[in-house]
Amino acid sequence: MSEGEPRGQLAKVVREHASRVAAALVQLTGDFATAEDLVQDAIEKALRRWPTDGIPERPDAWLYTVARNRGLDIIRRSANYRAKLTEVELVPPEPEDRLRLIFTCCHPALPRPAQVALTLRVVCGLTAAQIARAFLVPQATVEQRIGRAKRKITDAGIPYRIPDPDELARRLNEVLAVIYLLFNEGYLATGERADSPELADDADWIAALLHTLMPTEPEVAGLLALIRLHRARAASRFTPDGSLVLLADQDRSCWDREAIADATRLLVRAAKQKQPGPYQLQAAIVACHAEAASWQETDWEQIVLLYDMLLCLAPSPVTRLHRAIALRYAASPQAALAEIDELADALDRYYLFHAARAELLRAVGRSEEARGADRRGLELTSNPAERAVLRRRLSSATAAGVTIARQR
Amino acid sequence: MRYVLLFVETEQFEQDLAALSLDDRARAYELAGKWFADHADKIGGGSKLQGPHTATTVRLDRGAEPLITDGPFVEGKEVVSGYCEIDVADLDEALRLVSSWPGCPVVEIRPIEPGL
Repeated sequence: MSEGEPRGQLAKVVREHASRVAAALVQLTGDFATAEDLVQDAIEKALRRWPTDGIPERPDAWLYTVARNRGLDIIRRSANYRAKLTEVELVPPEPEDRLRLIFTCCHPALPRPAQVALTLRVVCGLTAAQIARAFLVPQATVEQRIGRAKRKITDAGIPYRIPDPDELARRLNEVLAVIYLLFNEGYLATGERADSPELADDADWIAALLHTLMPTEPEVAGLLALIRLHRARAASRFTPDGSLVLLADQDRSCWDREAIADATRLLVRAAKQKQPGPYQLQAAIVACHAEAASWQETDWEQIVLLYDMLLCLAPSPVTRLHRAIALRYAASPQAALAEIDELADALDRYYLFHAARAELLRAVGRSEEARGADRRGLELTSNPAERAVLRRRLSSATAAGVTIARQR
Repeated sequence: MRYVLLFVETEQFEQDLAALSLDDRARAYELAGKWFADHADKIGGGSKLQGPHTATTVRLDRGAEPLITDGPFVEGKEVVSGYCEIDVADLDEALRLVSSWPGCPVVEIRPIEPGL
């Protein structure tokens, strides 16, 4: 695989093993930044060599040996390190080692973009070039973010350990937020492309890894279920020519029923612990949509109820907007419009607010105002798929019955 | 690992403090004093600073002569009002310590350059 190509089989193998090797090396050297450098060098070498030499039988041992030898070259000065590195063969790291890695990458003392870049690099084994492509930023920017973050980890004394029990919930939220951001970036990117499926795949993979490492955390299961439920419908979200299909219009026979059933089971198991959280509730809302036979048969009352619970735990104007959209079907467009109008101040810069409002205005017969709201929405999004939907509405004289709101 | 905590006051905090009754203000100071006492084993030197109106800033990068101005170096609504040194295992322990600080609303945690 060359750096210019999408990540394929090779990168998946790397992802499967990179964090194991990183965890083992940090354990060995006690130095996060050095270990990370060594692993990154080994990954770069693997991406050059494996396409011609073939993927080795034990990719983790290969990466580890290359990283270790590189380490020996670099740190010949330090007899202590040298002895340690020569002695030890790769041992599979304990689950705690990989958790430590994840918590360090997502430490709240690091800025969010650095948490994201570091997680992709250390946990998923992506190169800086791959991260740069996924986020449409220059490679130098990614390298700078990672470099600064690693310096801060070392210089500011950010520890390499799992947070204490009283800190764990808050710190876990930080990790979940990073994974969810990755997923959203991949699923409906804000950049020039409509979506970037590889990032969604990485997010799915880390969420699954985290769920394996922390099987009793209901919010981890909730996030994994949320991601899987969204992805189960991915095939119907775009037409072959790349335009966005709204949830109301999606061909539900394309949805992956097996994946939906699996994710729902995961969610039900998590819910049994009776510790509801934002990710479980969002997953439950998506599950309501995924299980409905049609848009009309969706259980809107249940969805409004779930939004109410979500608002209790995590008040946000965007969540209120989504609740109002569901209220249109559970109650009436008038009731929904009244709710939405209360959000005008908070969400004036958000395209979905105007797009949803346009639909409600159209539903109550205020079509001139509706066109104004669609135009305002169009000004506020750069996502090509979203823009296309709004343009279609503006150009069709009798645009009705479509909804952009539940597209995600 | 050694860090310096920089205690930062905001205009709002100053006003809120001024609006308290004498008793409540004494209580607020007592809470801060208790925090220092509770963590005495980790806290090294430090002091409360006099108000920003007493600050003088010297800039040495503005030509041949030092530029002397009245006031703190950052003009703004937030001013450093005190500092103390702490010795803890790592940033997480520093964060835990600072999370229980009952006084001013902003605290900057800055590691001390090793070897000095």
